[in-house]
Amino acid sequence: MLKINNLSCQKGYNLLFSHLSFEVSSGDILHITGTNGSGKTSLLKILAGLNVQEQGTIFLKDYSVKSEDYQRAIFYLGHLPALSAELSCLENLRFLTTLNQSVKQPLLIDALKQVGLEDYEDEVCAKLSAGQKRRVTLAGLILSKAKIWLLDEPFTALDPQGVEMVEQYITQHCEQGGMCLFTTHQSSALKNQQVLAL
Amino acid sequence: MWKWIQAFASPQNFYQSSEKIIPWLMVPFILLSLAGLYWGLVVSPADYQQGDSVRIMFVHVPAAWMSLFVYVVMAVAGGIGLIWQIKLAFVVAKVSAPIGAAFTFLALITGSIWGKPMWGTWWAWDARLTSELILLFLYLAYMSLNNAFDNPKTANKASAILAIVGLVNIPIIYYSVEWWNSLHQGSSVSVSKVSMQIDMFIALMLISFAFKFLYGALVLMRSRDEVLVREQNSRWVRMLITGSEK
Amino acid sequence: MNIYLQTLTRDLHSAIHNLSSVLNPLLFFIISISLFPLAISPEASMLSQIAAGVIWVASMLAVLLSLNTLFHNDFDNGVLEQMVISHHSLPLLILSKIVAHWLLTGVPIILLSPLLGVLLFLDNESIKILMLTLLLATPSLSLIGAIGASLIVSIKNSGMLLSLLILPLYIPILIFASSAVSQAQSGLEIDAQLYFLATILVVSLMLVPLVSALSLKISLE
Repeated sequence: MLKINNLSCQKGYNLLFSHLSFEVSSGDILHITGTNGSGKTSLLKILAGLNVQEQGTIFLKDYSVKSEDYQRAIFYLGHLPALSAELSCLENLRFLTTLNQSVKQPLLIDALKQVGLEDYEDEVCAKLSAGQKRRVTLAGLILSKAKIWLLDEPFTALDPQGVEMVEQYITQHCEQGGMCLFTTHQSSALKNQQVLAL
Repeated sequence: MWKWIQAFASPQNFYQSSEKIIPWLMVPFILLSLAGLYWGLVVSPADYQQGDSVRIMFVHVPAAWMSLFVYVVMAVAGGIGLIWQIKLAFVVAKVSAPIGAAFTFLALITGSIWGKPMWGTWWAWDARLTSELILLFLYLAYMSLNNAFDNPKTANKASAILAIVGLVNIPIIYYSVEWWNSLHQGSSVSVSKVSMQIDMFIALMLISFAFKFLYGALVLMRSRDEVLVREQNSRWVRMLITGSEK
Repeated sequence: MNIYLQTLTRDLHSAIHNLSSVLNPLLFFIISISLFPLAISPEASMLSQIAAGVIWVASMLAVLLSLNTLFHNDFDNGVLEQMVISHHSLPLLILSKIVAHWLLTGVPIILLSPLLGVLLFLDNESIKILMLTLLLATPSLSLIGAIGASLIVSIKNSGMLLSLLILPLYIPILIFASSAVSQAQSGLEIDAQLYFLATILVVSLMLVPLVSALSLKISLE
């Protein structure tokens, strides 16, 4: 269970949100909503351990954000694709997954196939469209063994089939006992999702 | 003790109490510098070798001491800010930089003025002057890094790291410059080599304490301004400016 | 493959795909050195006297130019974020990147230095010493430079700022290394300089990855 207690976040001289407390249990899908600049991205970055909160605590069971067990438990998908333009899809995916947990080559190729990038293994990422790049990163998401998914605008740049695919993955992940916290400006049709409004 | 520090270090408390401290620093500064000037210009004798031009030492040497002292304060304050998350420490570090740079600049200028009668040139690659010059570069680097960030929190922490890295480097830089100087120059008259007499020593001490008080007063004054900018969105600052709750 | 090794090979791979980022600093190194005979004098006695200093200053500037790309690309594309939040040791990931940077700039500079030594009329014995100082100290240049690169990674158009931060910190290396070569030219002992360069290398090897990791975390906030 992920426990967030009394969280405050400040950006520059402005207070984004304060005294935010909530809990996420296994199987929960949490849709974080709010206007632009309300702190959705900052909240996800704090949960990922990238930003430091002004106040408050975050615990996964007994693990704090800085512990290795916590870091192993999360997968964070930010605005940026986390791919280097000069390298091929396969090389990029291999590096991305190794940062979490090493995965064998056939599984990598299989994951690329699943996200609709068959035959793109050796294509340099600079030549991919924004949607295709997103799909490479999503392949990393499928392969990760992380329990908590933190997805910041996962649907941007994807076509309707792509959006449906991601929604399916999220549902599947949470049915298997995972947790997912995500933001989006598109209306999402996920079943059983809870909403956290900032 | 710890609670007391935290209470004083809260921006609002600092803003209110620092106002009362400033006169207690300004008055000793004025008295000490008047006494120091009297001792340095009237009481203390001219040097047998350097004549009256030795008197510039009474500004040069304290300024050079201060240039190092302020850098140490800046780095230590930055470190305190990083470790204990005390906002006020970052403020002190930031406002100290231009003051330290000014002392460094003063040391360089006075060294150069001293050099004209002694060496016949405005500048010589003397060990102390060269080190001062590099120290000035370190201050300028710190200030431009601090100004380069949009996010004040990042600016605080990043420049604190630079100051600490600089502090670790300063002894190495001073030593290497000293060593480099000894390779290339024989024993010429150096800024630091003055046969010291008791009257000169007293004048030197008076001015150097005066500078310490001046630094303290300037840091407090500049910190008050900086605190207002940083806390611009808090209620107490708005009340202070508008005089009401809104 | 181990993640640290993979970080290193990944940077080498990217460099192969983007060769100009590796070649440009080296070309700069060669061109800037060949300006000195034109600006000062083509005389052998003059050039051999300033050779060590010129080559050392040029290699520092070349390293400085290449440092801009050390973290910038990975910052822009988001890989750095993933590195920071991964459970692997961030200092070691950074060290792998620094080693890759040294292999791509320091090593070519060392290999090119005899050629430039000949152009500036350094004798064979001094060229050997020059290469030795470069071997001992170019890793320190990459290491110390990495602190600066990690501090400015989130700032746009930060090229000039980096040189401002780093060059003063390079001064001790410059002094010890170039004096080692010129002392050797006049047949003097140079053990002291070499020990200093080695000490700087060991100390920065220990401290830089930690400091750099901290600054990257701060920059990403």
